[in-house]
Amino acid sequence: MQGAALLTIRGLSVSYPSARGCIDAVRELDLQVGAGEFLGIVGESGSGKTQLLLSVLGLTGARAQVRGSIRLHDQELLGLPTGALNRVRGDRISMVFQDPMTALNPYLRIGRQISEVLCVHRKLSERAARERAVRMLEAVHIPDPERRLRQYPHELSGGMRQRVMIAIALITEPEIVLADEPSTALDVTVQAQILSLFQELRARTGTAIVLVTHDLGVIAEAVDRVAVMYAGRIVEQAPVLELFAHPRHPYTEALQQSIPRIDAPRPQQLPSIGGAPPDPARLPAGCAFAPRCLYRLPVCETLSPALLEAGADHFKACHYQGALGRLRGAAT
Amino acid sequence: MIAAASESGGRLSVRGLHVSYRIAFGGRHTRLPAVHDVAFDLAQGETLGIVGESGSGKSSIARALLRLIPADSGSALFQGTDLLALSGAALQAMRRHLQLIFQDPLAALDPRMSIGEIVAEPLRVFAPQLDAAARRERVLQMLQAVGLGAQHLQRYPHEFSGGQAQRIGIARALIIQPQLVVCDEPLSALDVSIKSQISNLLKDLQRRLRLSLLFISHDLAAVRFSCDRVMVLYLGRIMETASCDALFSAAHHPYTRALLQAAPIPDPVAARARRKLPLEGEIPSPLAAPSGCVFRTRCPLAIERCARELPKLRTVGDSLVACHRAEEVVG
Repeated sequence: MQGAALLTIRGLSVSYPSARGCIDAVRELDLQVGAGEFLGIVGESGSGKTQLLLSVLGLTGARAQVRGSIRLHDQELLGLPTGALNRVRGDRISMVFQDPMTALNPYLRIGRQISEVLCVHRKLSERAARERAVRMLEAVHIPDPERRLRQYPHELSGGMRQRVMIAIALITEPEIVLADEPSTALDVTVQAQILSLFQELRARTGTAIVLVTHDLGVIAEAVDRVAVMYAGRIVEQAPVLELFAHPRHPYTEALQQSIPRIDAPRPQQLPSIGGAPPDPARLPAGCAFAPRCLYRLPVCETLSPALLEAGADHFKACHYQGALGRLRGAAT
Repeated sequence: MIAAASESGGRLSVRGLHVSYRIAFGGRHTRLPAVHDVAFDLAQGETLGIVGESGSGKSSIARALLRLIPADSGSALFQGTDLLALSGAALQAMRRHLQLIFQDPLAALDPRMSIGEIVAEPLRVFAPQLDAAARRERVLQMLQAVGLGAQHLQRYPHEFSGGQAQRIGIARALIIQPQLVVCDEPLSALDVSIKSQISNLLKDLQRRLRLSLLFISHDLAAVRFSCDRVMVLYLGRIMETASCDALFSAAHHPYTRALLQAAPIPDPVAARARRKLPLEGEIPSPLAAPSGCVFRTRCPLAIERCARELPKLRTVGDSLVACHRAEEVVG
């Protein structure tokens, strides 16, 4: 991480009681986000990446048990009363959701949904807020913004709606934007537009971005630093070039090598790990990845590895200390 | 083991396919054109990828060929029979050769049927002469071919993960030995580490059974891995068709090139080094398709001629491409 810590998460656990027992969505997680940093969090469904984002904003719901610490600069966010939390979220921390159609209010015009943020957080008049909304829509490259402000969400395409979501998230110039799979529901050419929009806005405003995705391709395109999540934990964390050049966790290696590429001749078979991510209500003892791991040691089945430094600004949670490379060998 | 489809036939030849939907628009009924004059051939044992963004007509082509929706016009010769002209008992008899693998594997399985019943159902319909023991034997063989086993027979869909459910969907589609299988985004709903398992499985079965596959996907990298040839669609029209090798080494349509440039590459060095000309705007409404070339409103190479004259598919390099300026497209 570069720069001073903006967001510091320590020992965060999010769990839900269920009929099948306690579901541990996030387990003892530590993470820091620096000012102006573009951090990517990659993981499969059920890895806890969305729960992590929701817990920062206090959106995990009444049934969730959230423990640990989440600090914005020096202010503890966990346990903050709703009123105080409302002064942080939407203002200093904002969120872009995966599906803009369900995140936008279908009954309200676009203009109202953007200016509402300013009316609440900045106490601006309707008219001043509207002028800022027009400029914000221009900043996210929506043509003819005056007309768009008068439209309803259903009148916009998916890409346009996501631009509106980003406008809402950025209009208060927050210190951090949390983005949960913001380009996943979009077509590939529109996805590329949205990713470059994030990069452009970050360069212009200096806001930090935490982008959650299942797509390593999106990570490779956009972010500075990557945290890889598996079964509620960060299993590897490194600057993006370092992570792709020298993955050190067997799961990262598997993710990276199992993706077919458009820019390389096709292999006979894709290197692939067996099995599926574990049921978060029935996590194995020890390392949660051990049942699928090609490098499993006896200790992995009993002791969960801690996230430890394995190189310069490179962390991994794995007992195996030797070289990786077995997956490629296994496939050919 | 499961026998390969017979060597004769298995070839599909589609010509002049048009599909449209009746919709209410502005208070009156009108037709929304979804597929416009699509033609292609599919050989036995070949996998053809159909790529394009949402609204490009990929699924409409597949659904029309499988007779799940009506086509406006066109023909689809399969083993000497026009699929689009069949009706009644002849159509029903043909359906055993045409199967579909769905995008959302759990939604495609009846939650009240056991896995054994789900996979056996096509046999009950199309091979009623088999007795229960023979049927069970075939179901077991098929489950083993997709990496499942006898222990799964009595279980129900909700007990399975997405990847396992897709294996069940594949088993159900292949158990009656179809010759033409349409895979409609078969990997899109799956997690990354599961995608590679299912990609490998589909490819392995396709080779062993010499299936003809239509592989519908928006994921170009998955298409490159799974397909022999690719057809690129935009607003219901074919923009370019070529072998995978040709298309991924030298695309000749500006839209294909834009898709390739927009597709994420899981390698930050390569991803950040490549030339990027992100395509502006979004796919237009099919109710207001541009004149001439439908892609011209987003095309960086568009000239006045493109608005006037519909480009015909023609051979450029190793591609069939519908673009007036295809010779100038590089990469």
